[in-house]
Amino acid sequence: MKKLFKTGNPYIWLTAGTLTISLLMICGLIALILINGFGIFWPHKLVRFTLRDGAVVLGEIAKKESIPHKKDAYRTKLKVGNRDVFGMDFRWIDDADIVSHELPHDALAFERREWGNMYGSLKGWKQGDDIKPVSPAEMTAMLKESWGLFKKIRSVEKKEIGNINYRMEKNRLELKRLSTLPPTTGIQKKIATVNARMDVLKKAYREKEDILTGLHQKAREKEVVALLADGSEKTIPVFQIVRLYAPNTMGSFAKIGFYVAKFWEFVSDEPREANTEGGIFPAIFGTVMMVLIMSIAVVPLGVLTAVYLREYASDSSIARLVRISVSNLAGVPSIVFGIFGLGFFIYFLGGGIDKLFFSEALPTPTFGTGGILWASLTLALLTVPVVVVATEEGLSSVPMSIREGAYALGATKFETLWKVVLPQAVPGILTGAILAIARAAGEVAPLMITGVVKLAPSLPLDQHFPFIHLERKFMHLGFHIYDVGFQSPNVEAAIPMVYATTLVLLFTVLVLNLTAIVVRTKLKKWYSTASL
Amino acid sequence: MEKVRMEVPDPIVNIIGLSLYYGKTKALKEINLDISKKRITSFIGPSGCGKSTLIRCLNRLNDLIESVTIEGSIQIDGQDIYAPSVDVTELRKRVGMVFQKPNPFPKTIYENVLYGPRVLGINKKSSLDDICENALKRAALWDEVKDRLHMNALDLSGGQQQRMCIARALATEPEILLLDEPCSALDPIATSKIEDMLVELKRDYTVIIVTHNMQQAARISDYTGFFMLGELVEFNITTEIFTNPREKQTEDYITGRFG
Ligand SMILES: Nc1ncnc2c1ncn2[C@@H]1O[C@H](COP(=O)(O)OP(=O)(O)O)[C@@H](O)[C@H]1O
Ligand SMILES: [Mg+2]
Repeated sequence: MKKLFKTGNPYIWLTAGTLTISLLMICGLIALILINGFGIFWPHKLVRFTLRDGAVVLGEIAKKESIPHKKDAYRTKLKVGNRDVFGMDFRWIDDADIVSHELPHDALAFERREWGNMYGSLKGWKQGDDIKPVSPAEMTAMLKESWGLFKKIRSVEKKEIGNINYRMEKNRLELKRLSTLPPTTGIQKKIATVNARMDVLKKAYREKEDILTGLHQKAREKEVVALLADGSEKTIPVFQIVRLYAPNTMGSFAKIGFYVAKFWEFVSDEPREANTEGGIFPAIFGTVMMVLIMSIAVVPLGVLTAVYLREYASDSSIARLVRISVSNLAGVPSIVFGIFGLGFFIYFLGGGIDKLFFSEALPTPTFGTGGILWASLTLALLTVPVVVVATEEGLSSVPMSIREGAYALGATKFETLWKVVLPQAVPGILTGAILAIARAAGEVAPLMITGVVKLAPSLPLDQHFPFIHLERKFMHLGFHIYDVGFQSPNVEAAIPMVYATTLVLLFTVLVLNLTAIVVRTKLKKWYSTASL
Repeated sequence: MEKVRMEVPDPIVNIIGLSLYYGKTKALKEINLDISKKRITSFIGPSGCGKSTLIRCLNRLNDLIESVTIEGSIQIDGQDIYAPSVDVTELRKRVGMVFQKPNPFPKTIYENVLYGPRVLGINKKSSLDDICENALKRAALWDEVKDRLHMNALDLSGGQQQRMCIARALATEPEILLLDEPCSALDPIATSKIEDMLVELKRDYTVIIVTHNMQQAARISDYTGFFMLGELVEFNITTEIFTNPREKQTEDYITGRFG
């Protein structure tokens, strides 16, 4: 026994075993997210159960499990949809109660703009009191038309009315500012012109509103009647249908096409129904933009700090103290940074900026409230230690001989640093940036008090001057996961969204990191010393 | 024993009673030495005897090491280079240096050679091109690299890198060129190329070379100094040193009985 321990083999087994366990846990987690995240867009078959009490239900099988404390008894969780009719999306059914089950060919899934999915079959097209049968081709044409209508409504709402609103707000602020000035004739003239502009805008606004009302009217015109599993009928405007598909008769290609379309919608569209349906594009956009702003802030800050510490302060006791403090900063809980960001950036800096430059909008804060800039700067503070440490390592890896080469040519310390040493430390700096990005992209807690929201009305980047709106609130993938998974009214129906969003978050972090890694590899190749 | 200060014609550098300490260790002991203009002077001696330390005093590169203290003085053109009024960067532009291991910057050949002129503030493309070409020609590298000036200098061979470092030092038009064992990392062919080049350079520059290789000193230098344990043991015309050394230690060293 003693001999065995002396060989050291048990320790090797121990370490190898620990490594295996860690790897398995990580792989398991990633596999779980991959399977669930990628799986949700695949069209599931619609099953019709006839139950012992004569009831008929139709839906997607969500889960099957054994009933606790009963032997050989199973139950099925069926997504029956039709939340507006049945009150809930899911229903548990004991397998013992199921008399028969089948996959009806005419079963359709209606993906709706509101109230989640509806399952049933299509009875016909409603005209007055009559119900006329409708062919699939006609249905496709109607859906296409309503999609065009939807896009039109959205463009009027978002772009045209949004534009007018934006200009009206500007004029309103201008008026407010002018009214604080002494009412000389010049000022009064200006007020009059602004008012005139305002009237033109108001008129345009009313016109657009009328157009919108017309469009909405048109959207309600065409209606179809669906036959639900329990035999009841349900009338639904075509406009409400996002997608209509028959999963039981779909071929493989149709399924793949459906999958791709759904996936694309998910990453490129805006959320619907309190974030539980539709896409997550604003959250992806917000995350990437926040990380980029953070990088722009943290890299210069970290690099300059590291340069001073390593090149100028070298080894004084103060420098050592600063170095220890910086390292310890990395261990402060992120929520503390959030609170600091709230106090310093938002209340102090933001409030100050508002008083100086946006006083006409007060008491409505412009910068004095959470926004993407403050959130990014808070995360920059959070990640600065990582960049400092990595840059210091990068600097110390630049050989003395290269520095001496520059000094011997008459370069000053600054010239040597700027033109020879720093470029060579770039791979180290990028390593720091990569670590900082990885940390920042996944951080949620400090964002919740510095500017993240569950639904942002507009992106922080748009067509209005100055195009980048750093004061705006934004959406974020990490917060989106929290919101959809734990704060939404219909948590159960949103679980697949949580997996898919997690997947996108992981992927976004991966892409951001890979970009930095590719840049670093390119640079490293350039800087690596060729062998003599 | 009494050391006579060797008289050389047209001295440009005068080293007077120079001692150097690394902390408390005395690495150079009262060196007295004159170096003749537009000649090659070589320093030989066993490793650790202070050759590098001495030539690094000539462009004040030892200032970078915090523990160094210096006694005595060094004059170039009659001016004390350790006087407080001297601008170190100006001095280093007049006294170029090439190191034992080639130390190209991770930039293109072109940017390497022009690093010094750019520091001097020359920015005109045509004059930079001329300087680059001239320096590379003097360093006998032009023909080998003229078509690939914009390739990474790290991709050159060791010998080419070293000649590029010499070109880089020459591009600032120094009066004195210091070389610290420039050939120790190179093969014989690269070595002989550099030796030929140094003999050429003698027409315009004062060259001071530290070498580990006595044949090299004998082949190219006009004056040779032999150092041991921080002391200048003997300094004389090269042929004298190698055919008729005055000191026993020198004789032992050059006949290979020591070192
Ligand atoms: N940076 C330094 N700090 C302390 N001692 C040094 C340093 N550089 C060189 N020395 C010492 O000074 C002596 C002379 O070194 P050096 O000039 O490099 O010798 P050589 O070039 O002749 O081989 C050696 O004993 C060496 O250990
Ligand atoms: Mg040496």
